[in-house]
Amino acid sequence: MKANAEARQRLSELLRSHEDEVLQRWAQAASRTLRGRLTDAELTAQVRDVYGALLGMVDGDGELAGALGGESRAALTELSQRWARQGFTPTETANLVFTVKEVALGLPGAEPADLLALSPLVDAMGLFTFETYAKTRESIIADQTEQLLELSTPVVKLWDGVVAVPLVGTLDSARAQVVMEKLLQTLVDTGSGYAIVDITGVPAVDTQVAQHILKTVVAARLMGAECIISGIRPQIAQTVVALGIEFGDIVTKATLADALVHALRASGVEFAKRSRAV
Amino acid sequence: MDRVPVLKIGDILLVSIQIDLDDQTALQLQEDLSDRIVETGAHGVVIDISALEIVDSFIGRMLSTIAAVSRVLDAETVVVGMRPAVAITLVELGLSLNGVRTALNVDKALEILAEARHIHGVGLLAAREDDVD
Repeated sequence: MKANAEARQRLSELLRSHEDEVLQRWAQAASRTLRGRLTDAELTAQVRDVYGALLGMVDGDGELAGALGGESRAALTELSQRWARQGFTPTETANLVFTVKEVALGLPGAEPADLLALSPLVDAMGLFTFETYAKTRESIIADQTEQLLELSTPVVKLWDGVVAVPLVGTLDSARAQVVMEKLLQTLVDTGSGYAIVDITGVPAVDTQVAQHILKTVVAARLMGAECIISGIRPQIAQTVVALGIEFGDIVTKATLADALVHALRASGVEFAKRSRAV
Repeated sequence: MDRVPVLKIGDILLVSIQIDLDDQTALQLQEDLSDRIVETGAHGVVIDISALEIVDSFIGRMLSTIAAVSRVLDAETVVVGMRPAVAITLVELGLSLNGVRTALNVDKALEILAEARHIHGVGLLAAREDDVD
């Protein structure tokens, strides 16, 4: 432990005595892989942040996860979050940290012992950066999923007493639940007796998706509304039959227009073509 | 003990359940309702469950039984105002309330009953004409 502390002391002096050189070379090495996506000034500022984090660890207890590593962790977290949001690859982000080894190797007066002391610190920083990067990406994905869920389930009124849900995209359990709740609530709010579930935009129907749709239809029926499934493409019809999915006595139509006509007829609306005045 | 009131409007009985039913009250309602159907000669029963937040399998079966009993006594039963959450729960439980007609609100239920009576009436009339012939 004591030997480690001495090695870090030497390392700290080495890095501080060549500060400008280290920063310049570091920025240069990092910019090679970035191909001009960051300006030199931005890159230098960010390299300086990482340099600060590294010095913080060298001067502290050498542990990134320890009590003294808080500031270094904050700097690295901010950096990798920014890079993740700006669309840099994980490799590029981690490389920014790892290139310091290469830089340190080229410093005058650098000894193998210094590199040995530096290596675990940089590795820890690199791993931490990588982990934060992954976490940031995950949170971005989670946000987008939520937004998608909100966006993709409109319930539209087609006629007095007829509402429709145009489903677009893959239907998983979570979405099916949202669609079902929203549709049923709209039925209550508007007092509509007919609901059309249009699956033109659903790319594939497997047993699970069919199950979700059937549940929605049965729930709507329990509440006293009739459900019609429309927008069944030829391919989907074939898959449904091949899978042995039974729609029972649920009305299915090929197009939304057919479904609307069916709903209107059933609710007693008569159509008549206006005779053209000669 | 709580009792659910049964109101007579024309030839229709209206039952509005405003409290969470326990099993005893549910059985009592079942009994009261069949008595009242016979007593009044009603042809339709409307059960409003819009205030019910929980419908378990027992209540589900009670609704089915009421519908079956009323049908024997020549009255059509319509359950109205089921909440979305209740409908979803029933579907998840696999209960489909067999033989129970449902409607979104009392208005729609009265329409259904009027229609059913109309068709029924026409059927009777037609049968009588056949007899005359």
